[in-house]
Amino acid sequence: MSRTDRIAEPWGTRTPYGPGETWPARVDTYLEDGVTADDVDRWVQSATILHSNGDGLDIAVKDGRMVGVRGRVEDRVNHGRLGPKDLYGWQANASPDRLTRPLVRKDGELVEASWDEAMGLMVANAQRLLAEQGPSAIGFYTTGQLFLEEYYTMGLIAHGGIGTNHVDGNTRLCTATAAAALKESFGCDGQPGSYTDVDHADVIALWGHNMAETQTVLWTRVLDRLAGPNPPQVLCVDPRETPVARAATVHLAPRPGTNVALMNGLLHLVIANGWYDEAYVEAHAVGFDELRERLQDYPPERVSTICDVPVEQLHEAARLIGTAERLLSSVLQGFYQANQATAAAVQVNNLHIIRGMLGKPGCGLLQMNGQPSAQNTRECGADGDLAAFRNWSNDAHIQDLARVWNLDPMQIPHYSPPTHAMQMMRYVEDGSIRMMWVQATNPAVSLPELRRIRSILSQERLFLVVQDIFLSETAQLADVVLPAATWGEKTGTFTNVDRTVHLSEKAVDPPGEARPDLDIFIDFAHRMGLSDKDGDPLVKWHDPESAFEAWKECTRGRPCDYTGLSYDKLRGGSGIQWPCNEENPDGTERIYADGKFWAQPEYCESYGRDLVTGAPLSPVEYKALNPTGKAVIKACEYIPPHEIPSEDFPLQLMTGRTLYHFHTRTKTGRAPQLQAAAPDVWVEMSSHDADLFGLAEGDLAQIATARGSVEAKVRVCGIRPGVVFLPFHYGYWDTEGGHEPDDHGRAANELTVTEWDACSKQPIFKTAAASVRKVRDADGPAPAPTTTGSAPVTGGVPPTRGGPDALSDEDLTIVPEGLR
Amino acid sequence: MKLGLALRELHRSENDLAHELLTVADRHKVDHEIFYIGRDIAAWSQHHVTEIATIARDYGEDLDPEPQGEPALMEKVWERTSDVLGRDSAPELLLLRDLRTVYMKASGVSVDWELLAQGAQGAKQGELLEVTKRCHPQTLRQVRWANGKLKETATQILVS
Repeated sequence: MSRTDRIAEPWGTRTPYGPGETWPARVDTYLEDGVTADDVDRWVQSATILHSNGDGLDIAVKDGRMVGVRGRVEDRVNHGRLGPKDLYGWQANASPDRLTRPLVRKDGELVEASWDEAMGLMVANAQRLLAEQGPSAIGFYTTGQLFLEEYYTMGLIAHGGIGTNHVDGNTRLCTATAAAALKESFGCDGQPGSYTDVDHADVIALWGHNMAETQTVLWTRVLDRLAGPNPPQVLCVDPRETPVARAATVHLAPRPGTNVALMNGLLHLVIANGWYDEAYVEAHAVGFDELRERLQDYPPERVSTICDVPVEQLHEAARLIGTAERLLSSVLQGFYQANQATAAAVQVNNLHIIRGMLGKPGCGLLQMNGQPSAQNTRECGADGDLAAFRNWSNDAHIQDLARVWNLDPMQIPHYSPPTHAMQMMRYVEDGSIRMMWVQATNPAVSLPELRRIRSILSQERLFLVVQDIFLSETAQLADVVLPAATWGEKTGTFTNVDRTVHLSEKAVDPPGEARPDLDIFIDFAHRMGLSDKDGDPLVKWHDPESAFEAWKECTRGRPCDYTGLSYDKLRGGSGIQWPCNEENPDGTERIYADGKFWAQPEYCESYGRDLVTGAPLSPVEYKALNPTGKAVIKACEYIPPHEIPSEDFPLQLMTGRTLYHFHTRTKTGRAPQLQAAAPDVWVEMSSHDADLFGLAEGDLAQIATARGSVEAKVRVCGIRPGVVFLPFHYGYWDTEGGHEPDDHGRAANELTVTEWDACSKQPIFKTAAASVRKVRDADGPAPAPTTTGSAPVTGGVPPTRGGPDALSDEDLTIVPEGLR
Repeated sequence: MKLGLALRELHRSENDLAHELLTVADRHKVDHEIFYIGRDIAAWSQHHVTEIATIARDYGEDLDPEPQGEPALMEKVWERTSDVLGRDSAPELLLLRDLRTVYMKASGVSVDWELLAQGAQGAKQGELLEVTKRCHPQTLRQVRWANGKLKETATQILVS
């Protein structure tokens, strides 16, 4: 057992291993000061909630309080490890400023109320609006933080009960392109890869994915491979010099907004060199000829000019991915939140299809998510899709869903694609959505162009309900605030990026009158009198386990088949990957083995969209394109970003996250070690640009775009010249302004542009034209971590340390049986 | 042979479609997807205008390879109006009307391309046929876009 400062060493101690070997265990534990493992009354099973990795953990409970966490050694995802956010983030649950009673707005002020009064107001408003306008007046804006049972129930209430098409939420900002890209290429959502592909890969390609900071434990697995015999080679595509870039064999730092040109250039070289599997393509894919023809326009010289990447580097990268024997790819926000998001992510799919690298150990494709239960919003129909990957434009699927829910098919809206989050905001803006129910997310900080968003959300005519655990910036604008229970205070399941389902059990009681989100939804449904076509209650379950059982029936025969799972099966041991059913009772490690897909016209989730215009394909068009359900290779031309640098705004602004925080710091800002590691906003720029604009480490700068401005201290780092980066975590709840800027802006989204990918509808956060100017000289270094993508290039910046309060245990002596 | 005539008509209808798309994009700037995608696919029509003018020389037609410019000042005023009217749902009806116009015009252009392709095949004009093969699919995408946007927006506009 050793003690490690996991703020200073976010990935902990190395446990090297070789290709095909089992990743050694390392059990990470953090208990509050003065508590030892012997003092703990109970260890309660759960998984990590502050990212999408889904690491199994146990919550330590003493005297009815949470006192710490410990990684689950038997879990397939983490083999006992935890990341810094997991080790310290749980402390936020016990913050004194938790919401403990409902609030309602009276005479302009939010005042405490009873549950009856708050729910009564919601029901009265909903029924009035249904009578006046119908379901189109009501929107549900959800999150990536709830549990599966809650999403499914909410989706049923919204789609089946209210009958509205307006159901989406924060996952639109994080995972929408992952889902869209998988639907385009494979006709259906569903993650092809598995985390265990790290154990086998000889090349790992990270496309706009700073895995070291977003999925720290998965990156730990990569680091352990890199430290072992026959390590994999790493390709990094990122304009920033991230920890991934520093570990990479080849690092490409393209000009922001040019990903499709880059991918086309790499695919051009892969095909020109004959590094593709002709037999696989012939047998299992359609569209190869169109791709080859399109790629003729992207020779390396032209791509080099568009992307500003040297030709030699393009050749090196193409050789890496073209000659890999077991290629693992992972894609995230550098692609998803950028210009031509879906088209770029689809080109990574194309690479794996033409190389036949799917469904085999080490040949993994991970279209990533950012949030812990983003995968469940996609499965359960809480993000604009229909439950269990049913196809909104396939009448047979709607009839089947109506059968499961015992409703008339007409009750389920399916006349057009479901309304996406940005369009919902537009409908609130034009006054046609008049009630919006926001759950566990904070659009007043997370959406682009905040001045616009604040003005939309604070309209008098909007009835805004916010269900959360703290009085977030968004909650401060609400008409009704519902206090919710959170992770550790309620039971449910959630599913990570690689389809691993975990059970998370209740460890302690929620504070005050706070209630589990599931209870709130069921209560609302009953108070609304929502019923099925026989007049029985629409929601036929009463607790998490009965909700899970109902969900299982909804998934029967669908790709995300949960019928082989149960709470009992998920208790103890490891998480389990869907599909889990009679044929696969232990779950399924990799899908799409043997070139079999879920893309048959009658079965697939989506008929696809035009990658440039976003127009949906009709069933007839899809059947003509892909009659037997092969993988679909889709080519796309490069289209430059709409907002390009100008004389007034000469730089390109990207926003993103840091390792120590999650979203708008609702929890991580209330965990002392995490908050201290990255206490305030900063701006990253290259030394070239710092010289150009007369700035140095720690200087206070104003960063402006056509939408607004923020002030932040300068971190001079290894980012690509011409690009500046702002972390998006810093809003106003812990400032004088409350929900808006006091004297100057702090939230990165003051600056971002209201624009989205036409195919996935994911907003673009990586290409805004910006200016920078000095406000005043430094009085010390920027408040940016030194351990991460914000590592300084200048001397004199003290290293990020957590000190004695951040010492965690690492036990490398445990050798569990049966670890995969 | 009347291929020159067909090219002249197509040159006119593509110019008209590009102009319509740019006008609609500007008029609905608060509907961001209409604004950005409208402008992107207007560029396709503008490119077609150049292609048509180039090949038309072989058929004795002197057509302007430069597409018509951006919408004029008065139309720019709409853009401003759009920002102001963004808070009202009545102008949304205008969006349906505008998308319907785009759909009709793009469909007309599509028919023109089809006629030209038939003529080119009949007259064994390989180069001309290649032009239609390059351009016509983009016209069909413009049609699908307008149709898709109509479907997507009609319900909310008509029921609220």
